[in-house]
Formats: sequence, structure tokens, C-alpha cells
Amino acid sequence: MKSIARLALIVCLLAAVCLAAAPAPEPPNPNEELQRVDGEVGRYGGRLVVGQRSEPKTLNPVTATDAVSREVIGRLSADLISINRASQQTEPGLAQSWKMSTDGRTFTLKLRKGIRFSDGHPFDADDVVFSFNAYLDEAVNSPQRDLLIIGGKPLAVTKLDQYTVQFTLPRPYAAAERIFDGLAMMPKHILEKQYREGRFVQAWSLNTPPAEIAGLGPFRVKKYVAGQQIVLERNPYYWKIDHDNHRLPYLDELVFLFVGSEDAQVMRFEAGETDIINRLSAENYSLLSREQSRRGSQLVDLGPSLEYNFLVFNLNDLSSKKLDAVARKQAWFRDLKFREAVSAAIDRDSIVRLVYGTRGTALWGNVGPGNKLWVNQAIPHPQRSLDTARQLLKSAGFSWSTAGHLLDPSGNPVEFSIVTSSSNTQRMKMATLLQDDLAHLGMQVHVVPLDFRAMLDRVFQSFDYEAAIMGLGGGDPDPNPEMNVWFSSGSTHLWHLGETQPATDWEREIDQLMQEQMVTLKYQKRKRLFDRVQQLIAENLPFIFLATPNVLTGAKPQVGNFHPAVLDHYTLWNADQLYLRAEARGVERAGTR
Amino acid sequence: MRTKTTVLVLLLSFAGLHLAVLFAGFIAPYDPTAQNRELPYAPPTRLNFVDASGFHLRPFVYASTLVLDSYREDSTHEYPVHLFVRGDAYTMVGILKSDLHLFGVDKPARILVFGADGYGRDELSRLLYGGQISLAAGLLATLLALATATIIGTVSGYYGTWVDEALMGSADLFLSLPWFYFLLGVRAFLPLHVSPAGTFFLLISVIGLIGWARPARLVRGVVLSARTRNYVLAGRGFGGSDFYLLRRHILPETFGVLLTQAALLVPQYVAAEATLSFFGLGISEPVPSWGNMLSTLQQYNVLVSYGWLLAPACALVVTSVMYWLLADAIHYWLQSHSI
Repeated sequence: MKSIARLALIVCLLAAVCLAAAPAPEPPNPNEELQRVDGEVGRYGGRLVVGQRSEPKTLNPVTATDAVSREVIGRLSADLISINRASQQTEPGLAQSWKMSTDGRTFTLKLRKGIRFSDGHPFDADDVVFSFNAYLDEAVNSPQRDLLIIGGKPLAVTKLDQYTVQFTLPRPYAAAERIFDGLAMMPKHILEKQYREGRFVQAWSLNTPPAEIAGLGPFRVKKYVAGQQIVLERNPYYWKIDHDNHRLPYLDELVFLFVGSEDAQVMRFEAGETDIINRLSAENYSLLSREQSRRGSQLVDLGPSLEYNFLVFNLNDLSSKKLDAVARKQAWFRDLKFREAVSAAIDRDSIVRLVYGTRGTALWGNVGPGNKLWVNQAIPHPQRSLDTARQLLKSAGFSWSTAGHLLDPSGNPVEFSIVTSSSNTQRMKMATLLQDDLAHLGMQVHVVPLDFRAMLDRVFQSFDYEAAIMGLGGGDPDPNPEMNVWFSSGSTHLWHLGETQPATDWEREIDQLMQEQMVTLKYQKRKRLFDRVQQLIAENLPFIFLATPNVLTGAKPQVGNFHPAVLDHYTLWNADQLYLRAEARGVERAGTR
Repeated sequence: MRTKTTVLVLLLSFAGLHLAVLFAGFIAPYDPTAQNRELPYAPPTRLNFVDASGFHLRPFVYASTLVLDSYREDSTHEYPVHLFVRGDAYTMVGILKSDLHLFGVDKPARILVFGADGYGRDELSRLLYGGQISLAAGLLATLLALATATIIGTVSGYYGTWVDEALMGSADLFLSLPWFYFLLGVRAFLPLHVSPAGTFFLLISVIGLIGWARPARLVRGVVLSARTRNYVLAGRGFGGSDFYLLRRHILPETFGVLLTQAALLVPQYVAAEATLSFFGLGISEPVPSWGNMLSTLQQYNVLVSYGWLLAPACALVVTSVMYWLLADAIHYWLQSHSI
């Protein structure tokens, strides 16, 4: 009896150990078409901990809209063609190769043979067709659906054989291979039933048992603890190998801790509880760099990000709203000279210095220097000049009272308010600097901090605001994802939403140019078209561009292959290659400093 | 313990604090809203007495400049501190226009007693000017909340029955309201920009509106127990009217509670303004208040890197302690004189 009990105990203990340990990587098999990646050869083992601002809302790649969910999902799934974050160019993903027909409308993709989902089930063309049907399904309402609708018509997917799929585009589409980036391929064998029953939107919530979630990413879900963390473990069937034929990823586990604010992330990183920190503000970056010599952390300033912060005046059509006070001020906002004067009076260098502690770059257009492929270098960067601003205002009929207040042509004092999100300290600071800058022109500017959602409601719904400081951008450097901002009927055409017709000639020209660049296949020609768009924007100032922060990231000294990039996700895009250096070496390194 | 001297010292420092705040324009060396973009987060200026030529009775300062991440003092030129200097123009107590300041140094040096904030604005000047708004708002809001609380609490406790139930029921309702959404709602109803004076009265009324319920319950408790005391019953037996009984016998009983409440509420309400500014209901930039000065400390890096920006917190603590001690002293004085 006793021995049986002991045996049972041993079996239980072994089972517990096996459950706790991460699965060993499967040895590469010659029938698998694996991808060999460049980079330092790492060592297996260890867990990497990352702090997240909040919990993911879902693990379903098709329905996720928020950045936090996508941060986790990105590690669990893979796409057919991906944009390499370091080179900003496309590279083969699950599709080993692809060919575009000469008319630019048909795309034929060859899939990797012999590769498997994280549950061991093989992947083939049926999964691709299934995934695209889900993305295109109106009932699922995926946020990526818009990307796959070209000129009002969806692209069509057909399976040619088990490992070949063909995409037919309704018309030529520039940089079409880029749309595959971030579109996760999903297991038909798991999700088809739910899809048929119309329950796809509810599939793969955080409470779904990990065994029912399978993807092609470097990791798979191990466990989720509500309010605390989500633990991912190695996908033993992952399709990438290193130079020594070791199957990636190196890490046993990747843990996302739900910590709260950015400050909380910084404190956890300082305390050594997390290994990587992703989006640092300039202030927190300099805080960490002050202790860098002691800790030896790898802090990386990647230079200008793709985000742009701007001041926008309310140019919406307010005739159906009861907002007479705002409508009266629109007479100034609509005057290009007024906007030019405001732009000339803004001290962008101060913004870079005081808001970003010099870890940022002043902006005069929608494409910053971080986007090397698309920036129009010919956009002028005029120095701040109050004289120019005063002359512009004078020529537009403005004058000054004896007390120095700016008066509009009908003698009313120029006074307006800038709304901004009270939780974004950087934009709050910009607003306070602008307030002081514009006071030099005699404008009375009020800074109105609002709860973020309340501000969005005013900007997007009620139009009850005069000016706002906001930020956009940060995703793909390609112009296509910016369509919704610059196209006159776009959903983020912030300064004038819901235009049925372009309200001005330059907006009409931008519409034409944006549409033309979308169907132009040659980069040089697209660049010329987009250069003109940038020029029109800089000349007509629908947004008054302020500055862009640098991409600032950090990692513990023992994190190997840490190569952050300016494209999202800055630090975990190569999570499959990240590894932890041997503990002893880490200590030694810290000791020698 | 409560000797005359301690009370005197307390009264003097209390008066000193309030006078300093009242005459902020004269004591503050600079305009509190003037940005100096060369000096973000400049640390407090050091006062020097000794240089190469020996000791000087008149203290002097050095000009400092930002080099990369830290400030360097330029010790080639000394700027002595002068009393009664001409500087930025200001208006005091709403009428007195002047440009005379208690102390100052020659340009380009600046004397930043408590350092500078992220825009290079003088923290001491902001502290003094901010005190005007914060203390006035705190005091007035406390008065409003306590006046409402006294009326409602007294009526409720004295008349009892359904009046009591209705009033205390509404007090419970106020205590349980989700204030976050209420404040968002208030913000949505107001015009985008409210003038500083408007904001000031708005602050007072919002705080007063939220604050009456708790003290009202306390007052009611005291009144409830006082109205059944023998001397009150006797007074009623002699034909005293309700008003007479309340004024002569019952309300004096609540003074103690009200005083303690006042001493607790004033500092609480000064800090509440920081929370309200998060909803866009507080005093907005560039006008200083202790609340919006404190709100920059919500950033972790500011809290750990720029210790001098804790000045408004210290001012708040000192003020609170003074109010508590004063309430204590008055309470003691009332007790010793009431019998």
C-alpha cells in the first residue's frame, strides 16, 4: 500500500514538473521549409518579463483593436509576408515566396511546406483561405477589413493547391505585399466550427483554455491570471531556425505583467522585475540613464519616431450644430494667414527641449525624419519669427489694441481655447508653451485639459472645441495607412470630418494624389506624388505640426539580440530571437563597469 | 501645554503665512506666469557669503546655465542680493499697482529660492500667488460646506421624524453618488473655457456641494443628543421658542464638531482642487494654485528628480498643521470659557 502511495506521489510530482517546464523545441525536420534568420546565436532557456499598461482585451487576432491586445497577439501569431522592423522592407513570412502579375492585380504566394501550428496541426492553403474569409466577413467587422477593400471591392482569395494561394486585387495596388503584414493566419481546424455558428467574434477570449488557442507565432498561451499576468511559452513547432539549426525561440517563457501606467512600468523596470521597457518618455529615459552606469542596462535612443503631434483648428461644418461662438471664430481659423502666423510664432525648439528634453525633433510636415523612405526633404523648416507672424496677421486685416491684444478685422479680441488630454503630460506641456508663444502675438489662449474620452468626443462627435493638440501616426511608414487622415472623406480627417466633397481645392488635389499613389506601383513615382501631398499639407496647414518624440527603449544587460526598431512593436518584434545571457556573465558585466 | 506664548506664536505664524500670501506680489521676486525656457527644472539658487576675496555680509548668487542634463554655475561674476528692488509689475490686493519687490538680484542672474518648474517659472513666486487662490478657495468652500451642513444637520436632528429621514437620506445619496461621472457631466455642460474668476466660484460650489453631507451627519448627531438634555427640556418648559432653544442651547454644542471639521476640511479642499483640475474644472495654466502645482508631482520622474517641486506639498502640510493647532486652541479656549 505504502509503495503504491509513494509511486503515486512520484508520478504526481513528475507530472507537476513536466507541466511547469516549457516544452522542448522539436528538432528541425528535413521535410519542413524553415526560415533561417540572421543574428547572434543565443542560448535556450529563461523567462523574459515585460510590463504592460493594461490587460489585453482579447486574443483573437481578427477582432482585436487595442494596442495592448495586439502586443500579445503579435507574439502568438504570424503573417504571410512581414515588414522587417529593422530594414522597413518586406520579407518572407509563412509565404516562402510570392509573385505579382505584370498588371499588378494577381498575387501568387507559395506557402512553406511541412510547418505546423503550435498544437502540432499542419498549416496549409485552407488555413489561409479561412483566415482571409474571416478578415473580410462583414459580420466579424475586423478593423483590418478596410485594408483589404481596394477601390470599394474586396480582394479575392483562391487556393491553387495545398501550398499555393492566389489573391486577386480589384485593381492595381501599390505596395500590395505590405498589407499582409500583421494579418495573422489562423487554424481552420480549431475555429471553423465557431465561424460557421457565427460565434467567431467571441472566440479566443482571455478565458479560453490555452489548449484551444493555436497560432504560428514563436509563443503559445500557457496561462492567464486575471489582473496580473499572461504567461506565454515556447511554440515547439515554430518555423524559424538560427544559423546553428536551432529552432527558435530561445526563451522558455514570455510573461506580460499588467502593471498600469508608464510610471509603474518604469518603477518595475528599475526594481528589476521586468526585463524590457518599450515606450519610454524622454523624462523617464533620462531618469533611467542616470542610473545606467550602475545597472548597465541597455538604453537605446532610436531617433525620431513616426508619430506626429500637432495643433488642429476646428474647421468642421457647424451649420447643423448650435455652436455659434465657435463658428464665429472659424472665420479666423479658415484664414490661411492666421494659421501661418500661428505656425510662425511657435517655438518648436523649446518644445523639443522642454517637453522631450532634446530627445525629439521639431516637425513642419506630416512625415518626419524618422521615415527615411518617404520624407519630403524640400519642405522648408522656417525659424520661429514673431515679426513674420505679425506681418501675416496685419496683411489679413488683424490689428492690435493699445493694451497689446490682437483684434480681428471687425475689432473683436482674438481669444480661443486649446483642448488636450489631461492624462498626456507631454501634450499638456506643449499646450502651455503654445499659450505663452501666442501671447506674444496678443492672442489670448486658454488651455483646457479634458479627460481623454471627453476630448475625443468633442473632436469626433460634437465638434464643440476650437483647437486641439493631438498626435497621430506611428504604424507603417508607407503612405497608404494614412489615407484615412488625408483623404477628404477619411474617418480621421480631423480638421473637417464628414466632408462629402473636398471643401477646398487643395483638399481635392490631395484626394487625387492619394488615390493615384495608391494604384501606382513604382516607388519613385509614388514618392513624387506623396511629396506633393506633403507639400500641400505644409503649405495649407490643416494641422500645425509641432514635434515628434524619439523612440526610447531599454532592456536589462543580460537580454541578448536586443535590436529595437522605430516600427511598432519596437522591442518585441524579434521576440523569437531574444535570449537571456548566462546569469554569471551578466553579473560579471555589471561588476566590470 | 497651551500656554499663552505658544498660542501667541501660533497666531503670529498663522497671520504671517496669510499676510505673505496676501502680499504675494511684493514678496515674490518674479511674475509667477513668466516662463524662462533656458531654466527648466532649475534647482534652488545657492546663497553664497564667501568668495576668493573672503566673507561678505551681503549674500550673492551666481548665474547658472543648463549644460546637457545639469546646471553649471558661472562663478566669474557675482550678483549680490538686494532688498527692495524694481522688477516685474504686479497688482496687490486687487488695487495696489507696483513693481517693488522685497528682494532680487540683477539680470541675467535669477534668484530661485525654491527652484524652477518645468517651464523655468519661479517656484516661490508661484507658491505665494498660488496660495492666494488655494487658501481662499479652501476657506470659502469649507465655509459653504459647513454652513449648509449646519443648517441641514440642525433641522434634521432637531425636528426628527420624516424631515430627518428625508434629509439624511439625501445625505446618504450624496455620499454614494459616483462623483467621477458627475464631474465629467458638469464639465460637459460648461462652456469650454471658464474665466479664472468663474473657475474659482465653480470650484467652491462644486467642493461645497460635494462636501456638506458628512459634516451634516455629525451636526445632526450632536443636535439629536443635545435636544433631549435636561436644560433644553427645561428651556422648552419655560416656553422658549424653537429658534431660541437652537440659538441659545443647541447650536453652541455643535461648535466643537464644526471647528474640528473646518480644520480637517480646509487642507483637504485645497488638495481637492488638484483632482478637479484633472477634469478641467480646476484653475488652469498659467495661473498657479497649490493644486495644479502639485499635479506635476503625479509624474514619477518629477517626484524623484526635482525635490524642490515638493514645496507646495510642504506648504500644504504646514498650513494644515496650523489650522489644526488653531482649531485645537480655540476649542480649548471655548471649553474653558463656557462654564
